[in-house]
Amino acid sequence: MRDLRFLRPVDERITLKYGAGGRAMRALIEQIFADGFGEPEGGGVGLAAMDDGAVLRIGDRWLVITTDSHVVRPRFFPGGDIGRLAVAGTVNDLAMMGATEPLALTCAAIIEEGFARDELARIWASIRQTCLEAGTTVVTGDTKVMGRGELDGLVLNTTGVAITDRFVRDNGLRPGDRLLVTGTVGDHGLAVMATRNELALEVELVSDVAPINGLVRAALAAGGDGVVVMKDPTRGGLASALAEIAGKSGVGLVIDERAVPVKDAVRAAGELLGIDPLLVANEGKAVIGVRAEVADAVLEAVRRHPLGRDAALCGVCIAERAGAVVLETGFGRRLLGEAEGELQPRIC
Amino acid sequence: MNDLDALRFRDPVRAHALAEALAHHVRRAGRAPDEPVAVMHVCGSHEQAIARFGLRASFPAGLEVIMGPGCPVCVTDVPEVDEAVALARQGVRIATYGDMLRVPGTAQSLADARAAGAKVDVVYSVTQAVELARRLDEELVFFASGFETTAVATAAVVLAGPPVNFSILSAHKYIPPVMEIVAEMPGTRIEGFLAAGHAATITGWGVFEPFVARHGVPVVVAGFEPLDVLAGLVRLVELIASREVRVDNAYPRCVDKDGNREAQAVLWQVFAPIGGRWRGIAHVPNGNLRLRDEHARWDARRRFTIDLATLWDHAPSALVQHCQCGDIMAGIASPHDCTLFGKACTPDAPVGACMVSTEGTCRIWHQYGGQPDLRTIRGGARS
Amino acid sequence: MVSVDDGVAVVDFWGVKKVVRLDVVDVPVAPGDYVLNHVGFAIRRIPAEEIGDTLALYDELLRSSDGDLLAGDVRAELDAAEDHDR
Repeated sequence: MRDLRFLRPVDERITLKYGAGGRAMRALIEQIFADGFGEPEGGGVGLAAMDDGAVLRIGDRWLVITTDSHVVRPRFFPGGDIGRLAVAGTVNDLAMMGATEPLALTCAAIIEEGFARDELARIWASIRQTCLEAGTTVVTGDTKVMGRGELDGLVLNTTGVAITDRFVRDNGLRPGDRLLVTGTVGDHGLAVMATRNELALEVELVSDVAPINGLVRAALAAGGDGVVVMKDPTRGGLASALAEIAGKSGVGLVIDERAVPVKDAVRAAGELLGIDPLLVANEGKAVIGVRAEVADAVLEAVRRHPLGRDAALCGVCIAERAGAVVLETGFGRRLLGEAEGELQPRIC
Repeated sequence: MNDLDALRFRDPVRAHALAEALAHHVRRAGRAPDEPVAVMHVCGSHEQAIARFGLRASFPAGLEVIMGPGCPVCVTDVPEVDEAVALARQGVRIATYGDMLRVPGTAQSLADARAAGAKVDVVYSVTQAVELARRLDEELVFFASGFETTAVATAAVVLAGPPVNFSILSAHKYIPPVMEIVAEMPGTRIEGFLAAGHAATITGWGVFEPFVARHGVPVVVAGFEPLDVLAGLVRLVELIASREVRVDNAYPRCVDKDGNREAQAVLWQVFAPIGGRWRGIAHVPNGNLRLRDEHARWDARRRFTIDLATLWDHAPSALVQHCQCGDIMAGIASPHDCTLFGKACTPDAPVGACMVSTEGTCRIWHQYGGQPDLRTIRGGARS
Repeated sequence: MVSVDDGVAVVDFWGVKKVVRLDVVDVPVAPGDYVLNHVGFAIRRIPAEEIGDTLALYDELLRSSDGDLLAGDVRAELDAAEDHDR
């Protein structure tokens, strides 16, 4: 029960922190969006679970559905663009629920008056290409045009649906389970940040944005029921994903920081900006929790996939310190906190 | 071996050896279990390094490392934030470091003002603020925070001749005077200070000699990599254990006795120290940096009439009265002593300034887990 | 430091290039030098030999009046790592 003495007056206005993927956003969802919507009939997963998607019973199978809105500045960044981001984000959210065969996507566009037709065509070419990689297609959409200045260029909304025999939630860890990260972390967040002129950084960073349903399919095939948790560490990064699965599973996590793969250039850019690569978005990665007995088999399967070559086992679940993520730094230990609010580069 | 592993100031083998040495000198000090050796660092970047690398888990029992008033954003006082917020509400464009956005004023922070429509830009350097002013057709006020190291950058920009629509609202602070305040605080247990390597790069370690002579406590200048912090602490505890009172430089690759004279000249040519309040601490004589009269034309306080009355229709938050930032920054209390910490006061909804800045004690404790004892945990990531 | 041009230098930080201003650095700097950067300003040139001096100082801290605090195996490991560096 929350101690009422410490409840803050709720902000009267929605500030940017509510979109940052941390505690503020979860509170907003709980207090407004999920309020009054219960669990779906016949089991499954509803809004209150705040998982990557919803799961509805269809006979003896499960329908998985997820939706995302996308804005990114700049719209074209090293390694991808807003169209690729939209498709990969939605396909990956389905895959994190265990649904690796997306039936189809919808894609709605809200466009600012004056937007270049040519740019729109390039974005849609990227959407088609990414759908091809993921083995899916766009089947319906919607178009709105708003006046100049009423939004920043382009907003995309994508919804994805898939059917699966077994779904994977984000709360199934128990002590002794292992954690696997499917590749280097921090690439997308720091690549996008480094494109901002005002940071005056010159660096070859490339976003990892990619659909990883194929990789997840391989992991599930190798690990079967031993794959107990999956989460894509998008906004909020690896730290938020780990905090969420630790909290929902009621276990503690011990992570070996030196085992978490991070590219040198990403680490360096992070140092310069005072931003921890573990706190920034990834768009083509997953954290997979597995029973210890299948850990090596899953790792091997993931590493055989072209998008999983840098995969590593980096953590273990413990019964102590439920909900906490303990980071072993090589110098000592600390608790890994979640990103809160907007990420701001430090003064020095 | 990759480039970053070759970074020798992050060598875990040496780090473990230094932690052993630290334990040795703490034992040598021969204290009762309830009387730990208490030292203070006065730099947010030291706390950042200690927290980020999990160094507290490697500190020996019997050593207490207290974070002092070393976070420039945290000590920015309410009236200074109020001035920036009032200017923003008057329609003047404000540029500032990201950390400053959420520092609470009496009624609003700059983030609140921005959400309500004020023009507030986040910049990463004063140079960027100047470039922004050059592109704009309107007045731009740079709300400047930071200690002497950061003030040097602001001063250099003033001397380089910024555009006429650029001005500075200085909340710059000067560290040496506040060390005097902390050393003289009644009930203080601080037996030695770890001084900030970057600030000392500018001032030189010699600046601490009069302080050491006056207060009879040792000062060690230390850098910010894990080995730098550990080595600085080893040296400091070694001095305490042998009752030696002097300044020691444990960061010789960046700091010498006289410091960067050119930077000092730039700093003091533009800024003059004046007394002022530091949030939660006290009035600090010579603790604030104000633009000299010769540079009055760049001083936002002298360019604009700042109407603070517009703020008073907002009631201050009642929570602020329970905030213990002052005691925390003075090293008398820890975040866990504060009833708001982690509950009503979190990084996404900060009450006090210590929760606002990435260098603030409360923020760092919240983010990195503060000082829970992580020395014993069964099972490990490597098994 | 990669290049110097009119009071501004490009520095390379493990593959990331960044522009820093040289207004307040107190000694002449040249490509190849290390500098300490603070909010986009170089505040000190760091001579390469001083990096070795600092490490030597830290190792000195480990040899206290009570003798060598480094366990034999750790000392051996450090020595081996240094041989490897060369």
